[in-house]
Amino acid sequence: MEFDFQYFLGIFFSGLTRGSIYALIALGYTMVYGIIGLINFAHGEIYMLGAFTALIVAGILGGLGLPWWGILVIASLVAMVWCSAYGYTVEKVAYKPLRGASRLAPLISAIGMSTFLQNYVQLAQTSNSVPFPRLIPRRFEFLQDMGNFMAPGDFIMLMTSLLIMVALALFIRYTKMGKAMRATAQNRKMAMLLGIDADRIISLTFIIGSALAALGGTLIAARTGQVGFAIGFLAGMKAFTAAVLGGIGSIPGAMLGGLVLGLAEGFTAGYFSSDYEDVLAFALLVLILIFRPAGLLGKAAIQKV
Amino acid sequence: MNVTMRILLRSLMVGAWFVLLTFPVLCVKVAARQHTVTVLWERALGMFVVMIGCSLLWMWYFHRKEHGSESGPSAVSAALAGLSEKWHGLTSNRIFSSSGIGALLAVGVLLPLVGSMYQTTIFANAFLYVMLALGLNIAVGIAGQLVLGYAAFYAIGAYTYGLLNQYFGLGFWACLPVGGLMAALAGLLLGFPVLRLQGDYLAIVTLGFGEIVRLLLNNLRDLTGGSQGVANISRPAFFMDLTPDQSMNYMYYLTFAAMIITIIVVARLKNSRVGLALQALRDDEIASEAMGIDLRTVKLQAFALGSCWAGFAGVLLAARINFISPASFTFMDSAMVLSMVVLGGMGSISGVVVAALVLTLAPEYLRAFSEYRMLLFGALMVLMMIFRPQGLIPSRKRVYSPAGAASGPAEGGRA
Amino acid sequence: MSKRWMQTLACGMAALFAAAPAFAADTIKLGVAGAHSGELASYGTPSLNAAILVAEEFNAKGGIMGKQVEIVAQDDQCKAEIATAAATKLISDGVAAVMGHICSGPCKATLPLYTNAKMISMSPSATTPSLTQSGQNPTFFRTIANDNDSAVVGAKFIVEALKLDKIAILHDNSEYGRGYAEKAREELEKSGKATVVLFEAVTPGATDYSSAVRKVSQAKAGALMWGGYYPEAAKILSNMYSAGVEIPMVGPDGLKDMGFVQLAGEDAEGVYASGPTDTSANPLSVYYARKHQEKFGTAPGAFFDNGVAASIALLNAVNVAQSTDSDKIMAALRSSEVDTPIGRIKFDDKGDAIGVGMSIYKIEGGQYKEVFKN
Repeated sequence: MEFDFQYFLGIFFSGLTRGSIYALIALGYTMVYGIIGLINFAHGEIYMLGAFTALIVAGILGGLGLPWWGILVIASLVAMVWCSAYGYTVEKVAYKPLRGASRLAPLISAIGMSTFLQNYVQLAQTSNSVPFPRLIPRRFEFLQDMGNFMAPGDFIMLMTSLLIMVALALFIRYTKMGKAMRATAQNRKMAMLLGIDADRIISLTFIIGSALAALGGTLIAARTGQVGFAIGFLAGMKAFTAAVLGGIGSIPGAMLGGLVLGLAEGFTAGYFSSDYEDVLAFALLVLILIFRPAGLLGKAAIQKV
Repeated sequence: MNVTMRILLRSLMVGAWFVLLTFPVLCVKVAARQHTVTVLWERALGMFVVMIGCSLLWMWYFHRKEHGSESGPSAVSAALAGLSEKWHGLTSNRIFSSSGIGALLAVGVLLPLVGSMYQTTIFANAFLYVMLALGLNIAVGIAGQLVLGYAAFYAIGAYTYGLLNQYFGLGFWACLPVGGLMAALAGLLLGFPVLRLQGDYLAIVTLGFGEIVRLLLNNLRDLTGGSQGVANISRPAFFMDLTPDQSMNYMYYLTFAAMIITIIVVARLKNSRVGLALQALRDDEIASEAMGIDLRTVKLQAFALGSCWAGFAGVLLAARINFISPASFTFMDSAMVLSMVVLGGMGSISGVVVAALVLTLAPEYLRAFSEYRMLLFGALMVLMMIFRPQGLIPSRKRVYSPAGAASGPAEGGRA
Repeated sequence: MSKRWMQTLACGMAALFAAAPAFAADTIKLGVAGAHSGELASYGTPSLNAAILVAEEFNAKGGIMGKQVEIVAQDDQCKAEIATAAATKLISDGVAAVMGHICSGPCKATLPLYTNAKMISMSPSATTPSLTQSGQNPTFFRTIANDNDSAVVGAKFIVEALKLDKIAILHDNSEYGRGYAEKAREELEKSGKATVVLFEAVTPGATDYSSAVRKVSQAKAGALMWGGYYPEAAKILSNMYSAGVEIPMVGPDGLKDMGFVQLAGEDAEGVYASGPTDTSANPLSVYYARKHQEKFGTAPGAFFDNGVAASIALLNAVNVAQSTDSDKIMAALRSSEVDTPIGRIKFDDKGDAIGVGMSIYKIEGGQYKEVFKN
């Protein structure tokens, strides 16, 4: 069989889109890990809450005759604000009292929080998958001209992820708060001695991470057209794998990890069999951790005695 | 007093915050395509009242903790501490503890005779979980290695029996050691490369391993039957073939015996040379290495033993329900066993036994609450970590005093 | 002090055992087992509602043998190990028969128990062929056609009505989806008129299936057969639209659910789903749907009609037999026909319902239209 370039491009772009989804969620994991060294298991649930909040906002706005992008923007913003509040609250309730406890305690608390949030949404809303309004048009003219590799939903997804990642990188690099975050990540005690309010920085990390997850949740729900209470688990696991792959704690790493994972899955499905894409993802996770625990872009931590 | 007013005001604010926070998801339901919006105000009100109460309790607890550390953190926690003290008092009293254990044994033995089939089934299930939780306790509680994919080893045991039985007609007793061995081998195989990883990374690798095992069981359907699972696994015979009724009782006794053996083995292990080394390692890896403990060997032993136990439990599971499928070995099952260890008290044997029994039996007797089961369960895990991270019945550390005099009450181990 | 502690323990244990069932003979108990909570609750709850409504109906008419009908519900969350506990509970509660379980896995796990206890169980929804076809479960019945029928009619429809020859099959690796997919492949290949150009599994719950969709289009398939549940089907359809892959989707009865039409919206247009031959005009179906609306305030969900049918069939058989003896009830199930929302049915020797036909439906304008009858 000769090499089909069209097909290759199609698979490439679907992997890329998938990767940008992972990357957007992975950012939240990696930021939290960078600052307090906690695997925030509840992060996938925040993503799910974002999708549900956006669904509710879109449902309320649906009858008002706004243009699709207006609804999408408002729904995303409200979801981001609300999920920031969720992220903030989760941190205050489930993690802050545990600062200084053993490393296992917050991790277990996070697993509990994840279970709790999932069931909270199931009981409050529904255990069915519910339709999400089709906010994104089915066709963009300029995408048609480019050969139909990308649907509008994929395009919006990809562009937003890129934009967010650049903005986040600039924020971390150049703003005062970004610097404070980096300082706290490097050495919390030292940062506190220098007058940085570590609690505030940690809250800020949770707020930003949760807002990004909510944005991801909204966009993905708008793209797939449905939400359900259980969507957070698999997405969270994959995003987490992406974060580890790129080097947990490293923000460019999360982006790279997401894209690499998405592409690897896409190509496995496209050229081998989709039966094994999940096995591949988790095998990648295990192998990376065994042979290069710092990930693609992370720095190996040297333990000082 | 001013403080009281401030606390009241704060809890009002907390209540309002939670109402605002939970308003969209909890109180608004939309049907997006029909453009209908329903607002459930009563839920918002309920949230408000409940959260005010919770926040008052919360602040009261932390207030007490900050200002009256001498008088103990809070009544609940003090009561719990008292209870566990009493428990330790009880267990250290030889005559009493032996008669207590005797009574429990008698109850366990008599249960199938007096209880219904249903009681027998759920107790056998609970005993199996005790076994699993104690096995995981070796790795997590005693050695401090967080394993998040424990269900994988359980699955390996179960499938070892299921498949050997299906393809080669091997019986239960032949498969029991093989199942344990296979799980232990898997543990070693995973253990060799990963044990140099630190806490969280180890947790993730085992989580990934757990998912891989489940996915492979699902995908390799020519071998494992995929999601259809393995059905009609033969029941273990007892000199002669048993009817399902007899077999149920027989399996009950087997599981019961296995649980007792597990308790004894883990208790012996904990006080053995290896067990002490493991606990030292849990508390300070570097210091214990400096003391001449061979980290690698000791960790591998803990890992292999823990997974071996899951393998045994898996074989017992397959023999008891005669049907296994990958759906029984998900991440949630691993998390469930882990929470038994955590709630009971990491490293504590009696605590883990009690927690495993409570967590498996309570949902059976509280079926009416089954909708809220997982919700409560998640909340409980968080609350335990905040208010009592050492578990219900914390493990006691050995205390050495110079003259070998009676040791005072030890601080509960915070692993 | 310690003594009091022991007493508490003893009391606690005693209380546990006191929970053992009391055999009260003043009601006829109908057990209902299925997923009433958890992820698959939406498949189990409608049948529970169905049983409640049917029991009310019988009770309004004075009950059976002068006794009231009581519903004893047990939640199994569609998990095998919980299901065995639920089943033993029902057996020890002394129910006359069990309507359930919902999912095939729990059915498989519990059937040895029921068979041993001579307890009749009737599933409104478990479609795994082997449950009845293996002949190992003499006390098992069902009021739904099995997956084989669903896949057979689907394959036949593709070959005879759509006249397509290249078919791609995707499934979700669940027992239900894979069973449908494999049987469909077998039937297509057997027909000699069609080839299966792609046969793969996708991960249920994933956010995106565009790689698999591109592969389907690459294989130049004329139709896509989907073995699985409807949420994933909706996502695949959405991805198909985005990628400009416009071939018909043919799916099992899992896609014949108004939830699917709501979820997939306009994407669902033109999808073919197999399902029991249309009985929505059946007066009993209309009647019970209205009852459901009155009592629970919503339209009935998945397997509701089958649940009603199973409840009616069981209670009717008890009534005909005038006994709660399993053998007599089973004889009545096999011999006397009864009117249910899914038609006039009785049961064959293996336990499958006679009188349940299979059809193919096409979604047009948000409604299912019967287009092909087996």
